[in-house]
Amino acid sequence: MTEEIIIAGFGGQGVLSMGKILAYSGIMQNQEVSWMPSYGPEMRGGTANVTVILSDDRISSPYLKIFDTAIILNQQSMDKFEESVKPGGVLIYDPNGISHHPTRTDINIYQIEGTKLAAEMGNKKIFNMVILGGFLKVKPIVQLENVIEGLKKSLSERYHHLIPLNTEAISTGMNKITPFKVEKQVFS
Amino acid sequence: MSELKLMKGNEALAEAAIRAGVDAYFGYPITPQSEVIEYLMTERPEERTGMVVLQAESEIAAINMVYGAASTGKKVMTSSSSPGISLKLEGISYLAGAELPAVIVNVVRGGPGLGTIQPSQADYFQSVKGGGHGDYKLYVLAPASVQEMSDFIEDAFDIAFKYRAPVLILSDGLIGQMMEKVQLKDQKERISNEELIKRHDSWAVTGKTNRERNIITSLDLQSEKMEARVHRLMKKYEQMEKEDLRFEKINCDDAEYLIVAYGSSARIAQKAVELAREKGIKAGLLRPITLFPYPKQELFKLADQVKGILSVELNAGQMVEDVKLSVEHKVPVEHFGRTGGIIHTPEEILEALEQKIINHERIRYSKTRESSIL
Repeated sequence: MTEEIIIAGFGGQGVLSMGKILAYSGIMQNQEVSWMPSYGPEMRGGTANVTVILSDDRISSPYLKIFDTAIILNQQSMDKFEESVKPGGVLIYDPNGISHHPTRTDINIYQIEGTKLAAEMGNKKIFNMVILGGFLKVKPIVQLENVIEGLKKSLSERYHHLIPLNTEAISTGMNKITPFKVEKQVFS
Repeated sequence: MSELKLMKGNEALAEAAIRAGVDAYFGYPITPQSEVIEYLMTERPEERTGMVVLQAESEIAAINMVYGAASTGKKVMTSSSSPGISLKLEGISYLAGAELPAVIVNVVRGGPGLGTIQPSQADYFQSVKGGGHGDYKLYVLAPASVQEMSDFIEDAFDIAFKYRAPVLILSDGLIGQMMEKVQLKDQKERISNEELIKRHDSWAVTGKTNRERNIITSLDLQSEKMEARVHRLMKKYEQMEKEDLRFEKINCDDAEYLIVAYGSSARIAQKAVELAREKGIKAGLLRPITLFPYPKQELFKLADQVKGILSVELNAGQMVEDVKLSVEHKVPVEHFGRTGGIIHTPEEILEALEQKIINHERIRYSKTRESSIL
């Protein structure tokens, strides 16, 4: 099994740390992992993205052009990465702030109201865990207990009291993700 | 059992330095290498092993601190990124001339000049063709994974002390910034002063006891003596070629087309080879792990088997010259690479292989046939 994922959004949304938790979860179940961020000036207030690969075999390129799954968290990333999903692949996005919804019909698209759900739960910072939960519902590539182990590894100990809240956010995401159907354009 | 961790390449290298029992690190921050010194500062290795970590006032100061500390037989290192390495080159030439063991790490970014902070492999010439002045070479290791960023520290020091010569680890922004699973080695103790005197008293400045004084210098105004020194260096490089050449072959056994790539490009090229194989193209990858010594003979042999070779590098065409020298015109050799901090995708590499080598080869073939008919 190999899963090639791009997570893309604004800097500060927790894009990179979500990728890191996913990668750690892979390590917990003895997989090979790679985490390749876009780094540099574009990170400050601009877009941030990370390529995460989990595989049972040695990973060749950590840098890719097309992906099994794209997790898209802002409009710029939608414009850039909708085309990068393999046919038959998965696109997950948060409709918050999205003006141009995806239009491809050869991929499976899901919506998750991450921003809204995190606000309802009273902590905007768990946004990325809601999204991660949604992803794991669609692609159960890592066991939940391994994600929790991954959280323990990637958070420093003084934040370990937040793990139950993060776990709750993951289950919320799992319950609230919904398929999105691209409406056929009607020409008149 | 040693520890499994998820780490950035730069962090893994820094942690490996502490665990390898390195005595001192002298550096100066620069993107995309800054995590090395950042990690060393936060880890407080002076408490863990007694290792000295010092931020110098400049790259030039740092390399000269390395020179001074290496003179005493200690395990010392520095790291930087391209513009910083350019500043260090005078010191590196002096280290080579004075025959001192030291490890230098270059996490390459795009150039020339200040260039860009994004990944690049445009320092190939600088690394393997001297860089600094004079007749010298560096033993150059090119890691292609976070695991190798960690493993190569110990390998580099082994070579540095085996030959009493500076060793370069040539990484880049991609390997430095990405995170992968890494198996860390167990902590080694630093060498005690008594042990150091036992091992290095023949050359190092360890404090004069009952022996002739040891002098560390790269200066020899007597031409015969200086020539002898140069010959001694050349002998070391010959021995490196015989004993310490490293490379990896992937899918080469039945390959009709060969890609040569090192470091981050080798990883991306390996994916291109996988994509090529899915299309029925028999492609293989030769990954030089040491850039000096270079796998010349292996390439010379492979040239009898393959129809063409593509050198893939994140630069405008540097290693391709060594590939050409190695295959001695037996088969066509072309270069492909992106510059300016742009990273080539596996698909782009495959396209280049098809256009520059495979189709080109068909054109040549049909041309010869045509002319033979005429």
